[in-house]
Amino acid sequence: MAEAQNTPVGSTTAGSIAVAAESTVATRMSAPPSFDVADFPVPHGREEEWRFTPLERLRGLHDGTAVATGSGVKVAIEAPEGVTVETVGRDDSRLGKAGTPVDRVAAQAYSSFEQASVVTVAKEAVLTEPIRIAVHGEGGTAFGHQLIQLGAFAEAVVVIDHTGDAVLAANVDYVLGDGAKLTVVSVQDWDDTAVHVGQHNALVGRDASFKSIVVTFGGDVVRLHPRVAYAATGGEAELFGLYFTDKGQHQEHRLLVDHNTPHCKSNAVYKGALQGDGAHAVWIGDVLIQAAAEGTDTYEMNRNLVLTDGARVDSVPNLEIETGEIVGAGHASATGRFDDEQLFYLQSRGIPAEEARRLVVRGFFAELVQQIGLPDVEERLIEKIEAELKASV
Amino acid sequence: MATLEIRDLHVTVEADNATKEILKGVDLTVKQGETHAIMGPNGSGKSTLAYSLAGHPKYTITGGSVTLDGEDVLEMSVDERARAGLFLAMQYPVEIPGVSVSNFLRTSATAIRGEAPKLRTWVKEVKETMAELQMDPAFAERNVNEGFSGGEKKRHEILQLELLKPKIAVLDETDSGLDVDALKTVSEGVNRVRATGEVGTLLITHYTRILKYIQPDFVHVFANGRIAASGGAELADQLENEGYEAYTKGGPVTGGNSGGAAA
Repeated sequence: MAEAQNTPVGSTTAGSIAVAAESTVATRMSAPPSFDVADFPVPHGREEEWRFTPLERLRGLHDGTAVATGSGVKVAIEAPEGVTVETVGRDDSRLGKAGTPVDRVAAQAYSSFEQASVVTVAKEAVLTEPIRIAVHGEGGTAFGHQLIQLGAFAEAVVVIDHTGDAVLAANVDYVLGDGAKLTVVSVQDWDDTAVHVGQHNALVGRDASFKSIVVTFGGDVVRLHPRVAYAATGGEAELFGLYFTDKGQHQEHRLLVDHNTPHCKSNAVYKGALQGDGAHAVWIGDVLIQAAAEGTDTYEMNRNLVLTDGARVDSVPNLEIETGEIVGAGHASATGRFDDEQLFYLQSRGIPAEEARRLVVRGFFAELVQQIGLPDVEERLIEKIEAELKASV
Repeated sequence: MATLEIRDLHVTVEADNATKEILKGVDLTVKQGETHAIMGPNGSGKSTLAYSLAGHPKYTITGGSVTLDGEDVLEMSVDERARAGLFLAMQYPVEIPGVSVSNFLRTSATAIRGEAPKLRTWVKEVKETMAELQMDPAFAERNVNEGFSGGEKKRHEILQLELLKPKIAVLDETDSGLDVDALKTVSEGVNRVRATGEVGTLLITHYTRILKYIQPDFVHVFANGRIAASGGAELADQLENEGYEAYTKGGPVTGGNSGGAAA
């Protein structure tokens, strides 16, 4: 089902559906998951999980040379009533329950942070206002950890907003109680000099719904691992992503949905636009359907719109199925240039070329922007997209 | 009075690493208020003429001229041609995901009219025109051409024709793929625009069927990249009875020049 349309030079789209006795997702990693950075060899760049990433631009996050500085990032949390916000030490027993670091930088973050933020929404609390977490880079290097946990039947929206300049390795855990509903919008609106690497682990409770919207515009290098596993049956996960990769930027999103329990759903849609020399977007979409996960329903899709020459996309959807007793499983990936026929159609109705391009790109992202449901965030995104496009023409 | 003049137009297209001449000297004059039918067999170059007039990048003009009221159309970009008053109703309009019909129509009308139409009158205008074309109001919130049936696509093209009020409208096989009811509805839309007397219409078709609903003033037979014969509506009847064979096999050519007022 992998499709490549009108693929620009320098782009790859590879897809696979494997029915394997042994998980290739597990075996292709250079080390098993661990909280201890010492369990991971320093990557040299040829490992499967590092081969797309420019290690030399990670500012030492991958080889132990990055050291936390006093003024790394400032974290400000604004939460409505009914939410508990705590700053805790490394030894807090609630941390690290949603997932284990899968690569050296995530393990480095876990081994190095000194304080973590814990945001708790009490059971059955239904928030009417979003929780806003502002992570602002102050030019230094930092390691961080955040835990967002929802009690049973709690409902919350969380916006995590990354701005400024920093070298940051940080993980985020989301733990959803039974029947809880969590929407997270993580915006990477960094200065173009920032480096941000992190793993987002969601553990979805029985009949709980997790919706993640990852929006990446900024940074020199951004590499995120949004990951989902289910604690019990009936869980649902929606993973949406939107990126706009500019000249010289490396933006990498490596998804994994681990269908480890029966009757869970997942849907992943990531869309990106790229422009300028050296713009590089990487999308890895791993979905595992374990033998026990009967009744799974999953779909994942990645679409890329390459606006200029010199940009590169690597898009790799990968689906592993260990049971045939499922509702559905599919993936699609396509990378294309501007569709000349779309531009011709719009121009033939009097719309100038530049405006026609804007319409097409806005339209390309529209279905994802509409998913956010927060007018201020949506407006900011549309403004960002417009500004990015203006810079390109 | 607006006049489109096509003189000795030669057009090539790149296919299979070779350059192929599709239009081999087309002469035609279309004036405001006139309706010209261009009929011809598949592959005769009818659609190439339509897309070349609109400025599709796939086609290369190698000779001749096209002017609209004396202005050189071939020098204009695609959107400039539209703003100058040329309209092409396409045979296969493309989908534009994420762009709603209402947003598209308003953006287009703003570009063509040079200013944003007043919201209240605009909404009314769109609603009424859609109702006349028997289009569901919900249509305006759908994405442009996305999931449209063949009939819906053609209605949407004619909706644009009615709203954009061009000087010269080229309708490329607007009748293809329509059932009789849809053909009637679409034809009525075209006739409303023609009735204003302010549009010159170039109706490109393979079949005579649509000519029962839209009466042409002039009929041209297109064959082998040029106009092989021109006449009045009676020429369509002759084609209906005899087919294109006489023209494709290099039979009698009753007039290589344009029909209409220029002939």
